[in-house]
Amino acid sequence: MSQTASPTDRRSNLLTLGMLALLLYFLLPLFWLVVSATKTTSDLFSTFGLWFSGDFSLVQNIRDTFTFDGGVYGRWMLNTLFYSVVSAVGATLLAALGGYGFAKFRFRGNNALFGVVLGSIMVPATALAIPTYLLFSKAGIVNTPWAIILPSLVSPFGLYLMRVYAQDAVADTILEAARLDGAGEIRIFFQVVMRSLSPGLVTVLLFTLVATWNNYFLPLIMLNDPKLYPITVGLSSWSSQAVGGSGSSAELLALVVTGSLLSVVPLIAAFLLLQRYWQSGLTAGGVKE
Amino acid sequence: MSTTTSSPPRPATRRKETSTNIDRSQARAGYMFVTPFLVIFLLFFLLPLVYAAYLSLFREQLIGGTVFAGFENYTRAFTDDRLLEGLFRVVRFFLIQVPIMLLLALLAALAIDSGVLRFSKVFRIGIFIPYAVPSVVATLMWGYLYGRDFGPFADLSDAIGTAAPNFLSDKVVLGSIANIVTWEFTGYNMIILYAALRSISTDLYEAAAVDGASSWRIAWNIKVPAIRPALFLCLIFSIIGSFQLFAEPQLLQRLAPNVIDSAYTPNLYAYTLAFTGQEVNYAAAVSFLLGLVIVIASYSILFLTNRRSSS
Repeated sequence: MSQTASPTDRRSNLLTLGMLALLLYFLLPLFWLVVSATKTTSDLFSTFGLWFSGDFSLVQNIRDTFTFDGGVYGRWMLNTLFYSVVSAVGATLLAALGGYGFAKFRFRGNNALFGVVLGSIMVPATALAIPTYLLFSKAGIVNTPWAIILPSLVSPFGLYLMRVYAQDAVADTILEAARLDGAGEIRIFFQVVMRSLSPGLVTVLLFTLVATWNNYFLPLIMLNDPKLYPITVGLSSWSSQAVGGSGSSAELLALVVTGSLLSVVPLIAAFLLLQRYWQSGLTAGGVKE
Repeated sequence: MSTTTSSPPRPATRRKETSTNIDRSQARAGYMFVTPFLVIFLLFFLLPLVYAAYLSLFREQLIGGTVFAGFENYTRAFTDDRLLEGLFRVVRFFLIQVPIMLLLALLAALAIDSGVLRFSKVFRIGIFIPYAVPSVVATLMWGYLYGRDFGPFADLSDAIGTAAPNFLSDKVVLGSIANIVTWEFTGYNMIILYAALRSISTDLYEAAAVDGASSWRIAWNIKVPAIRPALFLCLIFSIIGSFQLFAEPQLLQRLAPNVIDSAYTPNLYAYTLAFTGQEVNYAAAVSFLLGLVIVIASYSILFLTNRRSSS
């Protein structure tokens, strides 16, 4: 194949078209969600799904979503935010401390302990959920926020990523210089190491945040008080009422749709705003100075 | 994966006279840093795992409470048609859905990395965005899209005057679930692969480009082999994801109660056993077995692919 400019241009058009089709597949359902959130329940049934209908009732829908059932949706939002932020910050800090410890210090059992954690990446979280539930009910902490947060603090993959990242991003010379200055290890970690780790930290933070934000199985089995539900379990309970019933519960349909849309906005915004950080953090393995 | 553990951390100092002292304080600091993680890991990962194994050896009785049952729960599991059916279903799901998803993710990542794609940034973030959508929301949304009342597919077939397709019928529902999972996770895999592609040194393929190799050949013969570890990682995560399938079938069950039963996937079955059937010990055995199956599947795929690539 010749390397003149025109075939390259043509190829890029073809490729762009193909990718455009793929992009449509991924974005059309979300477009449908946006469009549907602007419709009344009766318009949902009577108008074409992929375009807006005459009366624009997004604001009304949002108001209804937040006021239905004593404003429980707002609580679910706050619960989700609370569970996922606390879990993500905790899990990231633990992973950063541990990853740095495994990467930069020599101690007996370093490789063996790390190997155990690494092997556990393959054990699925949901296989642990039921035994964890049974343990927690013995300890009396089911149906409390702890039941969601504590298991979410464990991120073996986060530890792995932070170890790889710390290996490359934290220069030994800087550590030695800080030690010669007489700085303690903890101070060195928080004032020197954390800064070099920051792209990796953002990556682990975002991915553990998503994991808890999107978690369904764990809160489903751990919680039975609707006031403690995160948004996933809450929406699921609304949708089961909308499917099962008739009459007033049919109105719930518009709320499930609007609630679904509102629930995905914060995470999408976070990913868009922070993309520079998490994308560079993901290239961890290849980071060289 | 164990290869990553074999590089020991560099000793922080080489001065001889104080080296044992420094070694000791280094070790102490190392333990201090890894202990918080390990404590949490022990309590909320290893302990539940051991507890599941322990519980699975007992059986509850109407009279006399819980008694030791040896491997009874396991022999029951191996002959439990509902469990085995669910297990074969997720295996089938894995064999069909994962190759499609990973191929799509790989092609998208290669396209974005190729440098001949316009607006590559838009594609990168656009394809990734569904990952930020909770599987509950994704399933509710696709459930409505599949729906015969007001989904766009129903609208379209209405317009051409045919019956609306039934995406939740016995024959196609697994495919409909596969579509939801593909929609959710292709972007995530694409980003992992893309990050790996970015970290390949360009020297590797610049020479080939000068020699006149096409972008396709460079992608297939140089880039794909270079990101094999990242592909393994995606494969492992996909095995785990497929075998523990739960939210999608559990939510679609309401729309198609006659097609998706309470043992549709092993995880759904374990959930039903524990919370509807009150068969806690058997549920623990099912959970533990499921975890074991996943670990074995992951390791054997790793082993097979490693051996093939080294020979």
